[in-house]
Amino acid sequence: MTVAGQAVEGAAEAESSKPEPKRNKIKTGEGRLAFILVAPTVILLALVVGYPVVKGIYQSFQSDPGLDPTTGFFSTSSHWVGLANYKHWLLQQCATTGGGTGKCPTGTLGSQFWSSVFVTLFFTVMTVTLETIIGMCFALVMHRAFRGRGLVRAAILVPWAIPTAVTSKLWIVIFDPQGVLNKVLGVHILWTSSQWPARFAIVIADTWKTTPFIALLILAGLQGISADIYESARVDGANAWQRFTKITLPLVKPALAVAVIFRTLDALRMYDLPAILTGGANGTTTVSVLVVHQLSSTLLNTASALSTITFILIFAIALGMVRLFNANIVGAQAKGAK
Amino acid sequence: MTTATVSAPRATAELPAPKRPFRWGQVGTGVILALVIVWCFLPFYWMVVLAFRDNAYTYDTTPYFTHVTLGNFKYAFNTTYNQFGRALINSLIIGGVVTIVAMMVGVFAGYAMARLAFRGKGIVLAAILGASMFPGVAILTPIFQLFTTFGWLGTYQGLILPQISFSLPLAVYTLTSFFADMPWELEQAARVDGATPGQAFRLVIFPLAAPALFTTAILVFLASWNEFLLSSVLSIGKSSVAPSTVSIAGFTAGPHIVPYTQTMAAGLVVTVPLVIVVLLFQRRIVSGLTAGGVKG
Repeated sequence: MTVAGQAVEGAAEAESSKPEPKRNKIKTGEGRLAFILVAPTVILLALVVGYPVVKGIYQSFQSDPGLDPTTGFFSTSSHWVGLANYKHWLLQQCATTGGGTGKCPTGTLGSQFWSSVFVTLFFTVMTVTLETIIGMCFALVMHRAFRGRGLVRAAILVPWAIPTAVTSKLWIVIFDPQGVLNKVLGVHILWTSSQWPARFAIVIADTWKTTPFIALLILAGLQGISADIYESARVDGANAWQRFTKITLPLVKPALAVAVIFRTLDALRMYDLPAILTGGANGTTTVSVLVVHQLSSTLLNTASALSTITFILIFAIALGMVRLFNANIVGAQAKGAK
Repeated sequence: MTTATVSAPRATAELPAPKRPFRWGQVGTGVILALVIVWCFLPFYWMVVLAFRDNAYTYDTTPYFTHVTLGNFKYAFNTTYNQFGRALINSLIIGGVVTIVAMMVGVFAGYAMARLAFRGKGIVLAAILGASMFPGVAILTPIFQLFTTFGWLGTYQGLILPQISFSLPLAVYTLTSFFADMPWELEQAARVDGATPGQAFRLVIFPLAAPALFTTAILVFLASWNEFLLSSVLSIGKSSVAPSTVSIAGFTAGPHIVPYTQTMAAGLVVTVPLVIVVLLFQRRIVSGLTAGGVKG
């Protein structure tokens, strides 16, 4: 869990400054006090996160109520089925009437698994890339501005503060075939009812909502860079592009990495926008939407398997990204030291 | 030229000085700044325009206020179609309880994380951050199953408890980074001057920490107010407990009406208080948002 070490640098900072207070006033009872203070949080989180997750993993190895293929009776009790629920999603194996397993027919939820993974990854890559690039531009401009910075900063919080459910409804109105977007562009695109337009509609709506937020995080990183470095680079004859690539980019990288990792994790669990904007129709079913659809069936243990797969998928990507960025950050610092 | 030199000293403090001989850069900056503001406000502006527009003119693209009416708001609160008023109260109840619980529990953990040295701190921090990054769907299915057996689906406790999973970590790590930045030397100074630990806390530390607590509470409340995934599933369609996000997502109207303008009116009612709060406290909120992520 290196995410932790990276993300709350404040705490890391506190930890690094610890030796000093330790000498001054840390008493023997401190460990016990800390334990008492932290315990309620840990217990509560174990209750609302830890227990459900463990329970979910356990349930995902249990059968769902249904026709028992061996007896032919309807069975309401569940029993250990090993990886069957996982095979249902990953290998698209559905129970057939004959009692065996076969390929899930198209149109069933089971058959949508891989397409939902693809859609989720597509949304993630598109939105995070767009938001980071545009957010970087925004942040650079805000950083340069003298006047109006406060106004922009306030404006930037508006899309962030609006609930995504409301945003989704707003974009439904804008994306309506007779709506304002088609009229302004002079086109007749069925935004929410055909596949790729629907996907791009979601990308556009998400980019609108989150780009300002990314810009804010990057701006905070930019403000940490000393102006002296730019000044001396300018004296040495570096042009604007060189100053950007050789100074701004490497120095803002840690802030950028944290923003990108947070955003990626957020995008991977995207639910509100596709659920409300398209209802997951027309190839916009993300993994989260698929889980909720599965919940409305009675096959809850199968849904547990899907929840677990989602969790593992996101966790693996998060871990991979932290590794990737760590390496880059270390690399950048090594370069800077030369 | 004069304006440039006047603003230069302030500029050097935080950013590279602007190109002195020519103003094109500044013009470009201004244009892009305006673009950013338009980007942020334009869709929101359209929501406001439509919220006040007569439903018969839904597809009218006149970019300013025409056919102004308050009927949409009346319609939004009309209980024959939507329990929107009820949903607002539900959101307040859920958000309020979630915020109070998360703050009361989180403030102690935040203090311990920022101020105390103890074994296993890294693990606790990782666990809390891990919990906050958790995909909602990963706990949704098991919670749905559990609450089915408890009979908690469509109850307040069934909606409040799962929200602790993201609000408490948010409270803890925002408070941790705020607390790590506070001038704690003052506490010692008070102790040296003869204050008891209780007095030092009450008279010195608490007044200093109050803004941080307040900001964190706003962030937690916003997160709860905006939550949709857990609420939409766990409220199982019961409008007596469903929060406003769920109500708006399923906004309906009488026959032969596309309730766009009415939905926008309801959306505006949900959004405007947030926007006002955010604009009032923007400086603090920005520092709260960026404190966790970007430091060092």
